[in-house]
Amino acid sequence: MIRRILYMIPIAAAMMAMGPSSATGLSDVYKNNIYDTGILKPTDSGPPIETGEAAPGFTLPAISGDKVSLYNYRGKKNVVISFVPAAWTPVCSDQWPGYKIAKPIFDQYDAILLGITVDNIPTLHAWTNQMGDLWFPVLSDFWPHGAAANSYGVLRSDGMAERAIFVIDKKGIIRRVEVSDINVRPRLESIVEALAEIEGRK
Amino acid sequence: MNKRLVIQRWIVLILPLLLMLLPMISADSDLAAHAASPPKPLQPGEQLPRIVLPPPETPEHGKYLGVTDSNPFSVSDIEAEIVIIEIFSMYCPHCQREAPIINQLYHKIENDPKEKRSMVLIGIGVGNSAFETDYFKKTYEIPFPLFPDGDFTIHKQVGEVRTPFFIVVRLKPDLPPTVIHTHAGGIDEPGKFLEAIEKKAGLE
Repeated sequence: MIRRILYMIPIAAAMMAMGPSSATGLSDVYKNNIYDTGILKPTDSGPPIETGEAAPGFTLPAISGDKVSLYNYRGKKNVVISFVPAAWTPVCSDQWPGYKIAKPIFDQYDAILLGITVDNIPTLHAWTNQMGDLWFPVLSDFWPHGAAANSYGVLRSDGMAERAIFVIDKKGIIRRVEVSDINVRPRLESIVEALAEIEGRK
Repeated sequence: MNKRLVIQRWIVLILPLLLMLLPMISADSDLAAHAASPPKPLQPGEQLPRIVLPPPETPEHGKYLGVTDSNPFSVSDIEAEIVIIEIFSMYCPHCQREAPIINQLYHKIENDPKEKRSMVLIGIGVGNSAFETDYFKKTYEIPFPLFPDGDFTIHKQVGEVRTPFFIVVRLKPDLPPTVIHTHAGGIDEPGKFLEAIEKKAGLE
């Protein structure tokens, strides 16, 4: 009996600490399905690949069932890569839904967005279903675990990716690197500025 | 009494207390602090904290709110009897889905001569920059004023609510603004939402 009670203490304490956070203005759409990570170390990797370098190539499975290669966009589209740390966590869950309504911006600058996490496809499928229809490919960097994130220098020591944006021009050159504090959503205008600069419309 | 039984009873008595104290013990953890005193959304009957907003973007919005100069102003400066505040985010799927419904709510108020005189609607984009708030406004052709809360200052003042969240405030001269109604999540039907407000405000 005593042993059973002692076992209960850490479990109950963990349950108390797991209430979903609303400190980031989390959408009500997720109800109680978001795991509260608390405040994490702002960045935990790197250094990331730098501007002016060639973007490392990758081919990753998408939730649509296709495989997407960065190389396919060479000469055709500017590419914005949005690495987010993990599905079902507070800030990530309120980042891509904003990009959902920003398609006209990407179209304006002849760009495609690729959303990448280290989660597996079934997890990404369930999570992004909560966001409504996303117009951009959502890619899984699950296996080999975080290989793409690692090649960009944004794989954290706990196996998650950083919250990072890479803007790549049509020649495959990195033009903007923004590794954010993992606890903070990057501003949309930062992507717009980078794309405008590439397209010479600044 | 059996010594083992006495120990068991003590543990059962102390356990709940221990569980309450545990999060407070690790003072460095924001998560623990959050668990120890979770933020409480504003409740009807409470006084609205002093929410300071940037100057209205356009003269039309200034006129709508009765705020004519180009300085920051507080909600209590608005010339209306009732202020409906929508706490939203450009990044919130629910807010995106509901945007046309909230526009309907605005038009419903504006098309009713009685309510037009007494009620205004504003939106506060929590964690949104001015660019993001503006983008949301353009995307959904939102006719009422939206204000950014990029650093979550207002979000903290209203109790770190999820989005969308509605706060209905009554303004009376020389009295602090008072919350008369709140609503978490989407409103679905503007008519029913308005009826609830009228009832709480005694405007029926």
